[in-house]
Amino acid sequence: MSSVGASPQATQDDALQNVVIRLAGNSQDGIQSIGGMLGRLAGRTAREVMTHMTIPSTISGGPSIYQVHLGSGEVLHAGDVADVLVAFYQHSYDDHLDSLKEGGICLYDSEKVEETRDERGIHHIGVPFTSATVEAIGGTAKDRGKNIFVLGLLCAMFHLDREKLVGIIERQFGRKGEDILRNCMNAFDAGYAFQTTDLRQFRFAPGEATHSKRISSDGNTMLGLGLIASGVRYGAGYPITPWSSIMELLRRELPKYGGIFVQAEDELAAVSIAIGASYAGHLAVTGSSGPGLALKAEAIGYACMAELPLLVINVQRGGPSTGLPTSVEQSDLLQAIYGSHGDSPRIVVAPKDVEDCFYIALEAAQLARRYSCPVIILSDQALATRIEAFNEPNLDEHWIEPELDLSERGEDFKPYPLDGLTRHAPPGSPMPEGTYPKVTGLEHDEMGHPSGNPVNHQKMTEKRRRKLVSLAADLPLPEVYREEDGEILLMGWGSTYGPVREACDRLRDKGLCASATHIRHLHPLPAGLDELFARFEHVFVIEMNDSGVYGHGQLATILRTASCNPAIHSICKTDGLAYRVSEIVDGVDNFLA
Amino acid sequence: MSDSQSAHPEEKLTKKQLKADHPTWCPACGDFAVLASFFNVIQELRLTQTEFTCVAGIGCSSRIPYFVNSHGIHFIHGRALPLATGISLSRPDQHVFVFGGDGDGFSIGGNHLNHAARKNINLTYVIMDNFVYGLTKNQTSPTTPIGRRSKTDPQGSVDRPINPMMQLLGSGATFIARSHATHVKHMNEMFERAVKHNGFSVVEVLSECTMFYPGAFDSAIPRKGGQFDLIDEEEHNLTSIKDAFELAQLEFPGKFGVFYQNERPSKNDLEQKWINEIHDKQGDLAPQDLMRQKFAAMQ
Repeated sequence: MSSVGASPQATQDDALQNVVIRLAGNSQDGIQSIGGMLGRLAGRTAREVMTHMTIPSTISGGPSIYQVHLGSGEVLHAGDVADVLVAFYQHSYDDHLDSLKEGGICLYDSEKVEETRDERGIHHIGVPFTSATVEAIGGTAKDRGKNIFVLGLLCAMFHLDREKLVGIIERQFGRKGEDILRNCMNAFDAGYAFQTTDLRQFRFAPGEATHSKRISSDGNTMLGLGLIASGVRYGAGYPITPWSSIMELLRRELPKYGGIFVQAEDELAAVSIAIGASYAGHLAVTGSSGPGLALKAEAIGYACMAELPLLVINVQRGGPSTGLPTSVEQSDLLQAIYGSHGDSPRIVVAPKDVEDCFYIALEAAQLARRYSCPVIILSDQALATRIEAFNEPNLDEHWIEPELDLSERGEDFKPYPLDGLTRHAPPGSPMPEGTYPKVTGLEHDEMGHPSGNPVNHQKMTEKRRRKLVSLAADLPLPEVYREEDGEILLMGWGSTYGPVREACDRLRDKGLCASATHIRHLHPLPAGLDELFARFEHVFVIEMNDSGVYGHGQLATILRTASCNPAIHSICKTDGLAYRVSEIVDGVDNFLA
Repeated sequence: MSDSQSAHPEEKLTKKQLKADHPTWCPACGDFAVLASFFNVIQELRLTQTEFTCVAGIGCSSRIPYFVNSHGIHFIHGRALPLATGISLSRPDQHVFVFGGDGDGFSIGGNHLNHAARKNINLTYVIMDNFVYGLTKNQTSPTTPIGRRSKTDPQGSVDRPINPMMQLLGSGATFIARSHATHVKHMNEMFERAVKHNGFSVVEVLSECTMFYPGAFDSAIPRKGGQFDLIDEEEHNLTSIKDAFELAQLEFPGKFGVFYQNERPSKNDLEQKWINEIHDKQGDLAPQDLMRQKFAAMQ
């Protein structure tokens, strides 16, 4: 349902289809915790969800929000405007009242917030979060537990499935001890039972998802699990936000599958360890965020030259330099494609949503194995941390069990055949003629001997490039949402998938002939894109990066170069926040005006 | 390296089988002797070509993988140790040999040396130390003595050189030895003991650059008037880091032999132990079912 955040929208029988709740407080208040629980509840009640959070780049404290968009049908974005604002502090109220839609509900802590603005028909509901929580769980509570109290309030307000929510609380807090769980339940019950004449109640339409096994998760978790399902058993990394939670997951999980993840001394060591394991016959992974990808650049270039398979995750954040470590940006595309010295062809792909993080890992691993080169997966901070609900992956279909191939190679084995794809023989493989191959970053001949021969360098450069050219020919063209030709084509990549599609519908509501598409394979691009673009009057490329000196974002720059099409325009922004649907619509409107 | 593979029943490989490309080193380079000594160790330990891997970064000495007919990888400058870490941890069946010079090991790769050593990665690292950057033609290296002139220090080097033995002792390496490329028998012995050691073993070999720093190590060559002063292992306590530090502080050319050796579980052993413990706990669950359990918790 295309609710434009103008929800809670009532259908004919007054049941809500969508609701956007913005929780605004400080980062230590546990708003992420209850937001996450609402997300999991969505998965368990056949609903869809998308969350959005901001985190201050500090150890503890600082203003923070967590926005949850719950929907009975498809949810493609985290909501432009909120239906409900929960304000824990005065600064939360002051900073976020503007995010409420007209006639929305502001639920605030009446002991911390002074209601100062009577505007746009907003309903103010003051509830003493703090003292009501203290009353419920005793004097030791102080500020703790009020998030759970609020969860109880919301549960009553929207008639959420109380039993399932209690189950989620029990799972989350049960392992922390009986006392803590009891306090949580007391706070929850107090919120649930809180009587206020102001509190309007809404009924949620039943969820529409039919799959029996629905899970809810964030993007980093699904990327990590996707790597394991793709047969990756070895890897190395160095802590950096927002990549760290993937390496934490792999460090914890890989030993269960017989593998090892190494916390390296730095990014250069991390990528080198991964290349070592790949050379040894086990496709391995390393990952980081922007600054770390820059540090790995030389070694990734080595893997291009030496033709070793390698997976590199880059969870993009705001740059350049230390930049905005906890905000989202898509400004590492050019670094991912071109970020090594010399001509160093590699593959770059990007997932479109949380569920896709799992499948992109599987595809990346297959590509790395087939083309024996690095594959970079460009995720981003928004995907890494947001929660979505989706169908559990079918592991009967999506599972690759890794095999170490130490078979004796044929008599004509060459590590770098000019007329074929490189398939290395890992250490331990016997060689029939007794001549052992070398893997090297020096330009080399077919047997891996260093060679400075000009003709050889030309041919080997072509060999490495040809891999990508043949891949480009094999790649499917991206699907087009709505008509295959027309006035406007919106194109996004990465985490903008949902907002771009929603923007397409809103433009159509305004009478424009708009279509949308999403590109997953960023390098090489699928062959034939230029023909797709030629069928539209205008192609808008939506990206979270700067429009640069020549007026085009990073993907738009490449698309214009590749297709020589002047109808390709950029809609760019660098405010560190995920795209709102309205920003895309406005971008198109402004161009056409 | 684990001692289980040290006594091999098969016939030893011939020098002819072990040689690959002819070395690109200058005539009389010390590295020729190191390579010959390495061949000797492979032969004596009856290793076959499917049992070991040669790894190197960048530098004259780092060319060794091309000269050995075995699986080998020539990596980027300074990162040979982390690359070798990846091989060692994922392939416990392989003896991993890492070769490099003083620039590769103590300068651009200095941090990796510390961490591979403290993690006690199971591999053998041979540092061919010539006190100069040779491949790039005579610049000051991290072990160049103060006052020595080079293209980057025309007035003589001013930076205090790294003392490799002190550095290695501080890093947590569990086998640390020092040898000299003109003392072949001694090198053979050091290499053999290093290979047999379980954990991070390192041998620094003073290996003369005849092109840019001739005579650098004459003070340890008796026929040139120097003294090759061996560590007396009956007197020296190999497991005492304090005694090793004392030896390491002697004036150049100092002592030769094993400075320090201690048994400490390697990272390879510790990671495998963790894997085994987890496996014992979870039983013979199919890997897909393990992940299905994970998914169930996400419902």
